[in-house]
Amino acid sequence: MIIEIERLQLYYSAFHALKNVNLSIPENRVTAFIGPSGCGKSTLLRTLNRMNDTIPGVRIEGEVTIQGRNIYGSETEVEFLRKRVGMVFQQPNPFPKSIYDNVAYGPRLHGVTKKAELDGIVERSLRSASLWQEVKDVLKKSAWSLSGGQQQRLCIARALAVEPEILLMDESTSALDPISTTKIEELTRELREKYTIVMVTHNMHQAARISDRTVFFLNGEVVEASDTEALFRSPVDQRTEDYISGRFG
Amino acid sequence: MNLPETRPSADPATPRNAPATAGAPAPKPAGKAAKHRLEEWRGQAFVYLCVLLLVVIIFSIVVFIASRGLTPFVSQGVSVKEMLFGLEWAPEADHPMFGALPFLFGSFSTSLLAAIIAAPLGICAALFMTEMMPKLGKTILQPAIELLAGIPSVVYGFVGLSVIVPFLRHTFPGQGVGIMAGAIVLSVMILPTITTIATDALRSLPAGLKEGSYALGATRWQTIARIILPTTLPALLTGVVLGIARAFGEALAVQMVIGNAPHIPHSLFESATTLTSIITLSMGNTTTGSLHNNALWSLALILLLMTFLFVFIVRMLERRSKHA
Repeated sequence: MIIEIERLQLYYSAFHALKNVNLSIPENRVTAFIGPSGCGKSTLLRTLNRMNDTIPGVRIEGEVTIQGRNIYGSETEVEFLRKRVGMVFQQPNPFPKSIYDNVAYGPRLHGVTKKAELDGIVERSLRSASLWQEVKDVLKKSAWSLSGGQQQRLCIARALAVEPEILLMDESTSALDPISTTKIEELTRELREKYTIVMVTHNMHQAARISDRTVFFLNGEVVEASDTEALFRSPVDQRTEDYISGRFG
Repeated sequence: MNLPETRPSADPATPRNAPATAGAPAPKPAGKAAKHRLEEWRGQAFVYLCVLLLVVIIFSIVVFIASRGLTPFVSQGVSVKEMLFGLEWAPEADHPMFGALPFLFGSFSTSLLAAIIAAPLGICAALFMTEMMPKLGKTILQPAIELLAGIPSVVYGFVGLSVIVPFLRHTFPGQGVGIMAGAIVLSVMILPTITTIATDALRSLPAGLKEGSYALGATRWQTIARIILPTTLPALLTGVVLGIARAFGEALAVQMVIGNAPHIPHSLFESATTLTSIITLSMGNTTTGSLHNNALWSLALILLLMTFLFVFIVRMLERRSKHA
């Protein structure tokens, strides 16, 4: 288990958004968080790289350990944590820079300056995000000239460029067309060979298609967490069954 | 400032612009529809009239200034070269001279220096208000800076004359009055322009860009320096250019602290003058139609052309920020 979440409580000022979450996330697997809007799945995802830190009024209790170290402990450096735990967002958000500079952004932040080294990282990352063939001749072009699906794969490449161990994907296909979605789903399957992937999706079928484990959230609580096949074939909790059979949400 | 009021005239008129209903009163059976058309027509007519009036006013101002300002060159024997590069301004002498270079120099140096002082202050204030302490910025710093925009320029000039000039006189060699004093006063005056535009630009930055940077392990400073500032640069420069334009056109406050000696000074702490100061100081002593009076109009024409130039630069920057 690469991530262990224990007795996690999260409050947005007075609102109790995550209630006593206990969860283990296995290494080199795709774990999907599903549940209706506002159930806390994205909030939990954002506690894993401490992106909630920037939101005023957030209070967190409990423990989140990654490879045995509490990421909310005083000795954890947020910047270093985020380098290890990459994130891809719902809307593709490439920087208004060239394709090359987008991918090189992370490595440069962390001190890589040699051109040859950067070139290698950029090519490797773009290949891993299956984007290299499409952009290898236009690396100097603005990232904003790419299509939405390409932009999202660029954002994946950008996240991979700092060599994270964990990749968080926050509804990363919901703003994309079906073909781009399929590409990103295939990519996600490939990436789990090397990375632990935690994804939030509002699309149950997507969770069923590509995840190894599925966690069902409702009102800030974990209702059920098990292997994807088991969860969809024979859910233990009645609420899970109601949700996956489309009775609500 | 960049005349957005003239835009509606450039819009293609809506196809429903109905000359059919314009003349005759609508027939009775059409009832409601006719009433709507009449209202539509009345509203459009009013807007078009206002725009037309505005265009006429702007056009007349430009034509008037140009006709007066060009007279010395066209029919009174002054050369453009003399005006732009001449060093001697003696309009009432037996051999009148119209070298406006010292004024141009004074206007440009005070405005640019003011921008150099105010730009970092304004942009840092904007960063503070948007990125660092939004709450404190919004409740205290922003109103304080906006207040600066409401202070009359004579008050700035007075404060400059009683505080800044004596300070400069005691600290640096020279009389205290001069370009430095003018630039300091102007920098405070243009601070609200630069800060407000910078704040708007920073606030309108998509949140996703900042998150994307933080998620890669960037610190706040790295995010500001590598993403926020480069992305908003055209808008930030727009604020600076508008600040320079404001400083360039400011007359009273500068005139009170610059000393008004019509020559190019050897230091920042020596008496100098600007285009606006020389116009306000001299215009009461000339008669309409005289060469001296027309020469002042030429200076006004130069100011007008500079304003056009600033507006043009701002437009270019806006276009660049849209196609980023």
